[in-house]
Amino acid sequence: MLTSNSPGALTAHAVPKAPRVDLVVVANMVEPGSRVLDVGCGDGELLQLLSETRDVDGRGIEISRDGVNECVAKGLAVIQGDADTDLVDYPDNTFDYVILSQTLQATRRPRWVLEQMLRIGKRVIVSFPNFGHWRIRGQLVWYGRMPVTRNLPVSWYDTPNIHFCTIRDFVDLTRELEVKIERAVAFGPSGVRVRFDAPWWFWNLFGEQAVFLLSRKG
Amino acid sequence: MSIVRIERGDKASRAEIIRREADEPRSLLVRFGKDKPLKLDAGVELSSYQIAYQTYGELNAERSNAILICHALTGDQHVHNVHPVTGKPGWWDSMIGPGLPIDTDRFFIICANVLGGCMGTTGPASKNEVTGELYGLTFPVVTIRDMVRTQAALLDHLGIDQLLSVIGGSMGGMQVLQWAVTYPERIFSALPIATAARHSAQNIAFHEVGRQAVMADPDWRNGKYHAEGTSPHRGLAVARMAAHITYLSDAALHRKFGRRLQDRELPTFGFDADFQVENYLRYQGSSFVERFDANSYLYITRAMDYFDLAGEHGDVLANAFRNLKARVCMVSFTSDWLFPTEEAREIVHALNAAGAPVSFAEIETDKGHDAFLLDEPELFAIVRGFLDAAAKKRGVKAAR
Repeated sequence: MLTSNSPGALTAHAVPKAPRVDLVVVANMVEPGSRVLDVGCGDGELLQLLSETRDVDGRGIEISRDGVNECVAKGLAVIQGDADTDLVDYPDNTFDYVILSQTLQATRRPRWVLEQMLRIGKRVIVSFPNFGHWRIRGQLVWYGRMPVTRNLPVSWYDTPNIHFCTIRDFVDLTRELEVKIERAVAFGPSGVRVRFDAPWWFWNLFGEQAVFLLSRKG
Repeated sequence: MSIVRIERGDKASRAEIIRREADEPRSLLVRFGKDKPLKLDAGVELSSYQIAYQTYGELNAERSNAILICHALTGDQHVHNVHPVTGKPGWWDSMIGPGLPIDTDRFFIICANVLGGCMGTTGPASKNEVTGELYGLTFPVVTIRDMVRTQAALLDHLGIDQLLSVIGGSMGGMQVLQWAVTYPERIFSALPIATAARHSAQNIAFHEVGRQAVMADPDWRNGKYHAEGTSPHRGLAVARMAAHITYLSDAALHRKFGRRLQDRELPTFGFDADFQVENYLRYQGSSFVERFDANSYLYITRAMDYFDLAGEHGDVLANAFRNLKARVCMVSFTSDWLFPTEEAREIVHALNAAGAPVSFAEIETDKGHDAFLLDEPELFAIVRGFLDAAAKKRGVKAAR
């Protein structure tokens, strides 16, 4: 029998994997019992977390066939589709929250996608990797190379991420779209939050990832 | 259950067996009399009719674990038992059974022969109780909605208010969608596979070819072949051959047969079945006519042609699903050109617009439309996951 000291213990027993920090941050922004659309929901990890911990009525859109089939097999309501084209098919105000988790940078038209999300949902939650983080800046400045990090492990020629932005870029876009930032969270590599009262430039330098809760003004 | 095998070429006994199965099927049977006439979309009434059906598994005490399987054009109620006419296994034996995605240990599964069919539910091959003669072409044209109405009557008879799920592929999928529109409160979930909200012009065209092949057979005798002791088996076989091509794909046909010759080294420069694919189609045609009534084929293809859910709701499909609360899982196949993915997507968009909880998965396969009947592990996983989630949500307990 395996003891907890033996090297095989962790893999032999299916220890439930702790959910990713960014997903927990997103989930904490969602009121229990609401209607949620997760755009680019992948294998459904966030949707499952939301339905288990927040009792939401969750839906998802996912571009990859494998992701969709995994979601459906988990009993999640997910359809195969492309955020860049299919969001128009949703009527106004259908959801309490529309979530874009780690997907913004992979869309062809991030601004349009955001506008559509703000139309479909009463609130919008966006999480994205911050391209202004000091490590990323450092790779460009010191090595003169496109950054490859733990969160962004794919080389420039293979990455699906085509529209990177920094936290400050994103804040600028929310101003252009005239949306209200209800909450924002930035956190570093180990999931430690960047100081709440710090200015944007500070977040932009030390936040590896950011999560924004947005709503329409008025 | 005894199994009658029909010797090839024994036309009289073949016709006789199809005839007997139409009126006295080796199936469970419920008869509805004059107290419950069936009002048809065509504007006429069937004063009495019967439904032949099969069940598998046990209904639990709460009556919450019932699943209705809807069969396709040439299918029947023998979804998970040896077929009484052909002796072949049930047509969805890979999907339904103990421990399988549609689990007979957990669920009570019902499958009924459709209205207009020829395996025991009233259709053109049945005897008209009023005249004492076979219906033939005097049978009224029926619709998918009429079929679903008879299934609802069967559920009333079985004392089931709400189905845990209604599942079907192709024309079975049309019935599933019709359930979602006509009886939204009677289904907890729905799983339409490889289907569409309306029959396309191309599909109507293929059906017309099939019907014309049947009617061009001199043995069809204006539909009175039973009375005249003939059988339009050549016309029906041609119809089946043409239709069968549409159920497959170019890639699947190529993979299976290529240009390979049948039991010969060189072409004969004649019109024998030189190619394996010809031989295969001839076999499909001849085995089909052994179990199917030609008039039934006309009526059921017609029912599919008339199917247009949006048409019933001001051409706005989303309006059709306005009252639907059930969870829906739509499945399509990449190589299905009869019911292509775009048509499935239209349904998904409409369901989304109507606010119904919908999932949609497209499965990659080269097997064409028929993929829903074949060994597709991804389809099995999806059906299993979807039904599990629905049963969990509804708090379904197994019967024992």
